[in-house]
Amino acid sequence: MQIEAYAGEEMILNMGPQHPSTHGVLRLELETDGEIVRKVTPHIGYLHRCFEKHAENVDYPGVIPYTDRMDYVASMNNSFGYALAVEKLMGLGVNERVKTLRILMAELNRIASHLLSIGTYAMDIGSFTPFLHCFREREKILDLFEWTCGARLLYNYNWVGGVSHDIPEGFVEKAREFLRQFEPVIAEMDELLTYNKIFVERTARVGILSEELALTYNVTGPNLRGSGVKWDLRKEEPYSGYESYDFDVPVGLGKYGPLGSCWDRYYVRVREMEQSVQLIRQALDRLPEGDVHEKVPKKVKAPKGEAYGRSETPRGELGYYIVSDGGPNPYRVKVKSPCFTALSVLPIIAKGEMVADIIAMIGSIDVVMGELDR
Amino acid sequence: MKQAPEILRILQDKFADKITKSEMAVVDPFIVVSSHAITEVCSFLKNHEGLAFDTLMCLSGVDYKGSKNEPDRIEVVYHLFSMKFRHKIVLKVQLARENPSVPTVESVWAIANWHEREAYDMFGIHFEGHSDLRRILCPDDWIGYPLRKDYVQPETYRGMPVAPAKQFVQMAMEGQEVGTDPFVADRLKG
Repeated sequence: MQIEAYAGEEMILNMGPQHPSTHGVLRLELETDGEIVRKVTPHIGYLHRCFEKHAENVDYPGVIPYTDRMDYVASMNNSFGYALAVEKLMGLGVNERVKTLRILMAELNRIASHLLSIGTYAMDIGSFTPFLHCFREREKILDLFEWTCGARLLYNYNWVGGVSHDIPEGFVEKAREFLRQFEPVIAEMDELLTYNKIFVERTARVGILSEELALTYNVTGPNLRGSGVKWDLRKEEPYSGYESYDFDVPVGLGKYGPLGSCWDRYYVRVREMEQSVQLIRQALDRLPEGDVHEKVPKKVKAPKGEAYGRSETPRGELGYYIVSDGGPNPYRVKVKSPCFTALSVLPIIAKGEMVADIIAMIGSIDVVMGELDR
Repeated sequence: MKQAPEILRILQDKFADKITKSEMAVVDPFIVVSSHAITEVCSFLKNHEGLAFDTLMCLSGVDYKGSKNEPDRIEVVYHLFSMKFRHKIVLKVQLARENPSVPTVESVWAIANWHEREAYDMFGIHFEGHSDLRRILCPDDWIGYPLRKDYVQPETYRGMPVAPAKQFVQMAMEGQEVGTDPFVADRLKG
């Protein structure tokens, strides 16, 4: 038999935009040679909603609901970053209670976001049970949010100069109760998934993202830390009082394969949930007194100028570049999305891999299309 | 860690005639560089031992048109950061609004590839020497550059209605509530 008989035929395969494992409306154009992927071209923009154009047409507080709709699984963190950037531009300080509440909500939201990421990742790989466990826990966090500000997903919570609602009476006890029962769940998740042999085999040797590649592509957040770089803005460039909290920055270990694999990125997320639990405990312990609307301006008016503010969301560094010409609306708002930079490295790490492993890679870089396309 | 004035001094020593303006007493200090020298300046900043700007945090286009305080122009803004020394600086390039063109910095930081595609898509800025200058968020055959201040939304795209404004105007004329969408409000005024 001729050897040509075994050679695969090149084929263009469109993965997405409607595909359960592309996490939203992402389309990947794969040039395949049999089971091998020769080239990946991501096509994005299916969820482009002109956030930046909208932002130019509403006033400063009016932008906040739009920021919520970017990364819709971590809305608290999005509006947090926006509020920080506008406050930086205005030179506005907030009181201690607001700072603590923002951290409290951001970290709760980080857990919720990581739970979704882990759960759906497990499902991509072929394990259904962890998804249900994760969503059960996530619901409890969403209940806490709903109790505080009335919304489960899109909160409009972090305002310029304050937050929309103080926490209700009894919130601290409820939150503590949640943490108490949530901690064992992380251990359960380790047993069920993290060290599960099938899962490790499937993820620990694919999608290797080296440190150099991560840096030149400005990959941030858990994806960068998965490559062994200890870099977290909450530590390196603390904002809102993160410097006074005691927590670790987990990094990838390369335990079961080369450093920077899909498993490492997944692993960082699981360990980050533990750190978030610590952060929430400390925030609940201190919770200073104060009025959450004390510094909220009647009319937000930024002086002429510009500022770039960045913060650490569950997906990495979210940056807002805000230009003001002294008018009531921002003159320009540009968002640097962490998912955008993370996805741009996918064609490099996916080259020459198997089609089935592409699924594992997309899940592990954890992109949310709402933020990528804005 | 170096402060912005020190970074400016280093740059001025090397590129005296290519730095057209700088502003140090603002929230984020910035340096304006002449457009043809941007790649050179960026690669100098990245490879300089004492500066080591290894990260391009953000690359944005800004369109100034009809602003009461600013002359008309298009700006490309580069937010740089050094993870090694933890200092940052902002570079700016100012271009004419007609056929803006600037050399690419893709060879310096790989991420510039996608950022520049976005700036091209939204502002029509041409990046000379870019390896793959295609639209990224809008469809390939989209007409116009949406984030330009004088952009007019097309009414249809491939036969599909894009702007529902006309329909809202009709509703408003019939006395129905149309909400407070600023786009609609502007059109009603006009």
